[in-house]
Amino acid sequence: MTVATRIWAVHLAVLALLLAGGFLLPAYHQTNVAKVMVLATYAMGYNIAFGYTGLLSLGHALFFGAGLYGAGMLVQHAGVGAGPAALAGIVAGGLAAAVVGLLALRTQGVAFMIVTLMFAQAGYLTILYNTAWTRGDEGIVIAREARVLMGFDLSADLPRYFVGLGLFAAGLVLKLWLVRSPTGRVMVALRENEERSRMLGYDPYARKLAALVISGLYAGAAGAAYGLLFGYVGASLASTQYSILPLLWVLLGGAGTVLGPLVGALLMFYLIDYSSAFTTASLLVVGAALVLLVLFAPKGILGTLRDRWLKWLP
Amino acid sequence: MAAVTLLEARGLTRHFGGLKAVDGVDFDLAEGEIHALIGPNGAGKTTFVSLLCGRVPVQAGTIRFAGADITRLPAHKRVGRGIAYTFQITQIFANLTVFDNVALAVQRRGGPLDADTRAALERVGLADRADQIAGTLSYGHQRVLEIAMGLALKPRLLILDEPTQGLANAEIDTFKALVRQVVPETTVLLIEHNMDVVMDLAERITVLNFGEVLATGTPAAIRANPAVQAAYLGG
Repeated sequence: MTVATRIWAVHLAVLALLLAGGFLLPAYHQTNVAKVMVLATYAMGYNIAFGYTGLLSLGHALFFGAGLYGAGMLVQHAGVGAGPAALAGIVAGGLAAAVVGLLALRTQGVAFMIVTLMFAQAGYLTILYNTAWTRGDEGIVIAREARVLMGFDLSADLPRYFVGLGLFAAGLVLKLWLVRSPTGRVMVALRENEERSRMLGYDPYARKLAALVISGLYAGAAGAAYGLLFGYVGASLASTQYSILPLLWVLLGGAGTVLGPLVGALLMFYLIDYSSAFTTASLLVVGAALVLLVLFAPKGILGTLRDRWLKWLP
Repeated sequence: MAAVTLLEARGLTRHFGGLKAVDGVDFDLAEGEIHALIGPNGAGKTTFVSLLCGRVPVQAGTIRFAGADITRLPAHKRVGRGIAYTFQITQIFANLTVFDNVALAVQRRGGPLDADTRAALERVGLADRADQIAGTLSYGHQRVLEIAMGLALKPRLLILDEPTQGLANAEIDTFKALVRQVVPETTVLLIEHNMDVVMDLAERITVLNFGEVLATGTPAAIRANPAVQAAYLGG
């Protein structure tokens, strides 16, 4: 088996498992995994910027929020259908990333973190204070009748699961193709040594902007899907917490691995889910897990597996 | 000499605060030559070639390359025009494989990625290490990889900043053979402290001192130049 076949086999097997989950999982877990798949799509986008290109952004909540509100407000105020609204959300995510990137990519490192954080905070406050459009703190609850895609009721368990899976699968295949392409190689080169990349003839600014926009498109798609699948468009989903979460998921699963975001998001989701059954301090459990991660597997779960055994893992 | 001028710098200037790193340098490179740039430490050699390849912006003066003004062209576009630069301090992608390091150069200019990358590695003798992580190579091999990346760009002008620094004698011989192979398709500009390498390889030498050109000429002429002897060669 060539390396390429093996890589595709592993990733398609994961998708097959998720597909089987749609038929086998009980309703409660079906909803959970649907949510995880949407959030993992968001994290895959974050990973393209952070894990592959080395852009540590703390402002991705803005791109996620752009998708969420871009789709949600169109449905709510303009009566647009779920399909076109989702497309608009994707575009909104990419556009937000382009605007932020044009300015923020003039900086590097810590300054880049701070500038992206500030943009996201400004976006969050904009959402919070424009109550006429966004309903501020309370958020928009999208009516069940508006959440219909090609005749499927997105508020029902099964269609919701498969739309989530469809989004995740598209994101996964696209990402796997991207990171194995020459473009992906340049992204990694920028992460590893920007000056050397520049002196090989690559424009760091343009390449990083492209990576950030792709990342924003993922975040926008996930945001739009989140709003339409779960019916809630709220400011808390565009808060700083939602910039930090994809970073944690990616770190947990393995930065710069294609499947890491799914592993990280799934693990963290269930860690909180199970621990909150017996304690109100579920975040303490998450904190302990992250400390263990930093101590014993600083490259994340899949990153460590790749270092030790699976050198071929993209 | 009737040779065609590939690169022409006029009045090139770069000051860092009060330090005149490069101060009004006129410089010509003939197509296909091996040209060495020498001078004492701090003479402005690295700054000068950094101006040529675009890593450091020019304050005054002009650079023409292959007939076009490139003074304000950003570094990555100069690579596209055919100027490749290898760093004084080894700058490879330490966490990537040897293959990926060279592939990044190959894919920039286009062409069959796999075949050209293998060929470039073959040429410098790193073919059997293609899958090794670059950072785990010996220092000498890392220097060679750096040169391989420059060559893989198939540049018209290859600028080598102290390429033999830290290399063993046998590796220096391999390096010299490599440089002789690439001319005249590629013009080579070489900063070098090892005088044996300079005298052996270079067809012309330019001596920089305090950011200015002290002399330019053949190795024999440079060796005989009293000003150069005083400033640098030390008799």
